[in-house]
Amino acid sequence: MKFSRRVVFAAAAVAMMASAGSAMAEIRFGVAAEPYPPFTSKDASGKWVGWEVDLMDAVCAELKEKCSIVEVAWDGIIPALQAKQFDLIWSSMTITDERKQTIDFTNFYYDTPTVLIGAKNGDMDITPEHLKGKVIGAQVSTIHQKYVEAHYVAAGAEIKTYQTQDEVNQDMAAGRIDYDQADGAALDAFLKTDQGKACCELKGQVADDPHILGAGVGAGVRKEDTALRDRINGALAALAKAGKFQEITAKYPDLAPQIVLPKP
Amino acid sequence: MDWSWLLVYYPQLLHGLWITLALLVLSVFFGMLMAVPIGFAQAAGPRWLAWPAKAFCTFIRGTPLLVQIWFFYYGLGILFPLIPELRTSFLWPVLREGFFYAVVAFSLSYAGYEGEVMRGAFLGVPKGEIEAARAIGMSPFTLVRRIWFPRAVRLVLPTLAGETVGQLKATPLAFTITVMDLMGATNMIRQNTYRTYEPLMLVALFYMIITFIMVLGFNWLERLVPQKR
Repeated sequence: MKFSRRVVFAAAAVAMMASAGSAMAEIRFGVAAEPYPPFTSKDASGKWVGWEVDLMDAVCAELKEKCSIVEVAWDGIIPALQAKQFDLIWSSMTITDERKQTIDFTNFYYDTPTVLIGAKNGDMDITPEHLKGKVIGAQVSTIHQKYVEAHYVAAGAEIKTYQTQDEVNQDMAAGRIDYDQADGAALDAFLKTDQGKACCELKGQVADDPHILGAGVGAGVRKEDTALRDRINGALAALAKAGKFQEITAKYPDLAPQIVLPKP
Repeated sequence: MDWSWLLVYYPQLLHGLWITLALLVLSVFFGMLMAVPIGFAQAAGPRWLAWPAKAFCTFIRGTPLLVQIWFFYYGLGILFPLIPELRTSFLWPVLREGFFYAVVAFSLSYAGYEGEVMRGAFLGVPKGEIEAARAIGMSPFTLVRRIWFPRAVRLVLPTLAGETVGQLKATPLAFTITVMDLMGATNMIRQNTYRTYEPLMLVALFYMIITFIMVLGFNWLERLVPQKR
């Protein structure tokens, strides 16, 4: 069983190396099937829109490839990549050492600070000691879940995990959780909604922990797909050189102050 | 196959098992408490009682359980910001927990399905037995307590066994509202270890064992009340 699987694996790897030079049929981008504005969300007609979708289009234009989006549940996105349901993860996934043990990443294509929001009460202290006994919400399988567990739960806070960031925000608005930790850009978008304006305020950026918070967002690829990884890296570098990142970001004025882009 | 994670995560799994059992026992208890009067009202009650009971069963049975759970959890959640005093009230520790909403939704669901089952059960008790009880001068209350209710329950015990097993398998929906039940714990393991099959196989085994024990329990109950026709 194990032996035969390894043979299939090797054969697939050889086939992939052989075809690396030529164009692929189609590159399938795996996107978490949930609203994550302003990066990926669906408009009223069901079309994927957002900063990451625009970047995907730019990457594909650069590579002269046909691309498609495969929707997948966030919490199973890494196993789905490995099961070849699509070719790369394109879903605001942060490059971390832990994930690198399982999959490989391209270079980062954006970075955003990690922040906490909380109820509007003027209390801006977010040190772990101060948040003892508080309930902090985070999306499952994210760097935020890991961070909250390592820093806040360890100091006596409680964590609640949700399948989507949207649900964390819902419970933040309902007051069931005291704090909500996520990417600055995503929470900024929430704070600008009516619900977000009414309930919450930005508490600030959490203390850095590079091991957990990682090194920006990149596309996740299977470890053996080095050819695809290199091609995406090439495209990202070319786009950075052409000023395409700034061009895309200019369409999202609220996002511009929130993210760091790759330099040419 | 890699089971090494079991050593790290078994406390969460056991805790999840406990939560799942609590969800099942509480919802079956409260659900049955509601189902008996709901069934009786439909079978023998006056029209002004029978009609709302029927409407309740139709509504519960006509909507997906997941919608009901989210209706209570996220739906009521929208209303909380309108009543800021709630957050400082003594009710808040309960209102903020998903577990409470899961028990409410599962109980109502069980009441809806079993209310309909109990209606059939009450109607299924042979008229002759009820008339015989009346003829020997039993008060209406004693009649229900001694004859009508026990006979009705015995009639539908096999159905109730099946429905309760079904209820067990509805409980994993609770993990969608932050309850760390058996399914929630399993998902956490899947997310942390990136292993898919082993945790899912284990959780399937857990549910099968609980089901097996429940079926044994119901069989024992059925033998306890011998039935001859």
